[in-house]
Amino acid sequence: MDFVFLFDTLRQLIAGVPLLLKLASISIAAGAVLALLLALMRLSGSRALSLIAQAYVFVFRGTPLLVQIFLIYYGLGQFPEVRQSIAWPLLREPYWCALLAFTLNTAAYSSEIIRGGILSVPFGQIEAARACGMPRFLMFRRIIAPQGLRVVLPAYGNELILMTRSTALASVITLMEVTGIASTIISETFRAVEVFICAGAIYLVINFAISRAIAIIERRFSKQVRPLAVPAHI
Amino acid sequence: MINFIELMGFGPKGWGALLLQAALMTVTVSCAAFALGSALGCLIAWARISGNRVLQVASDAYTTVLRGIPDLLVIYLLYFGGSTALTAIAQKFGATGFIGVNAFGAGAIAIGIISAAYQSEVFRGAYGAIAAGELEAARAVGMPRWLMFRRIIAPQALRYALPGLGNVWQIAVKESALISVVGLTEILRQAQVGAGSTRQPFAFYITAILLYLTISTASGWCFQRAETITTRGVRRG
Repeated sequence: MDFVFLFDTLRQLIAGVPLLLKLASISIAAGAVLALLLALMRLSGSRALSLIAQAYVFVFRGTPLLVQIFLIYYGLGQFPEVRQSIAWPLLREPYWCALLAFTLNTAAYSSEIIRGGILSVPFGQIEAARACGMPRFLMFRRIIAPQGLRVVLPAYGNELILMTRSTALASVITLMEVTGIASTIISETFRAVEVFICAGAIYLVINFAISRAIAIIERRFSKQVRPLAVPAHI
Repeated sequence: MINFIELMGFGPKGWGALLLQAALMTVTVSCAAFALGSALGCLIAWARISGNRVLQVASDAYTTVLRGIPDLLVIYLLYFGGSTALTAIAQKFGATGFIGVNAFGAGAIAIGIISAAYQSEVFRGAYGAIAAGELEAARAVGMPRWLMFRRIIAPQALRYALPGLGNVWQIAVKESALISVVGLTEILRQAQVGAGSTRQPFAFYITAILLYLTISTASGWCFQRAETITTRGVRRG
């Protein structure tokens, strides 16, 4: 094992971590807002809104993320209307295109998770809230959100890890995050195994941190539903 | 719109035939990867439930690592790492120059070993759903382990695993798009070529999306059928 090379590679790869974290966190945050909106559309009771949300989820979950990135980055520029619009300075940049694609993609997956969480709240509680005349937003904030969040957390944690892993695709449209730097080093040195070990270690550390964080939040949110401590001798 | 139909059609200027061929390649490489993933996934699930501590830790590490590392990195590893290894071996035998591995093989193996990580979890869950009494009964009558696997475990586990396998298959189809990065002419690669030579990227990528949606809808339907067939013997209600 060539430790000098490993150490040097690791140092170069770590330079890509800030971009990776930025891509992941911004798209996850924006995606969560969009996902909540989609889940509410789906559950709104309006047929049209529900169909739109369903079609959205179908398209974004049924196609590879890489195709979505290409469609946004290369495809949109085909239209002169887009090239002359005010959004063009942003849509020309690979960074914003990747962010947009990641956001739209994670929103589709998360909206299904959130929908499951909302549906898991027993209907009797919603009925009770309605019966005492609670406004809808207050009901969402006090009754649905806290209980739904508890159910959603494990699946959402999974989605966070998958999204972090997916940011690697940004390297295909020239962004130099960890995988981008890794592929450059591989093509310069042809030492795929060593570079893979270093890059893989970085991703595993990040994923480990996410799953620990989710576990801690989960424990905090489920305090009141934890079974009572029962003496062992019963 | 007429322009679009002509572009994607089967006429002299149309890209239809090439795109369909590419779609076939996507399905083929996904099938190869999925089959490899099933075989490997079965072994990993077996290692996980074997009760052997070392095997358990190893299979746990396998699933954690392959589900956490970007699929693109795994493809790079197999493609470039494979080529380097192959070149080194060839040089031992006196050959000169660089030998590249086949993009299909490297891609299918990469997606396959990732799929194995997902499939092992599905299989493990399915095995857990088999009633313990049945396994006990099989052991009690002295059934050999392989026969027990073939007659008791496999048919029932497959039934429980089907919905999960459907999901994993869809993941494999989507991940196969990444193999375009190392040059395999599947849907995405063909769309890139078309977009480059006609300067109509939007038209080609939208067509690619439609092809992927067709594949996922059709395979979703197939898995639904398979589920109805395998659960014929299950009484409901």
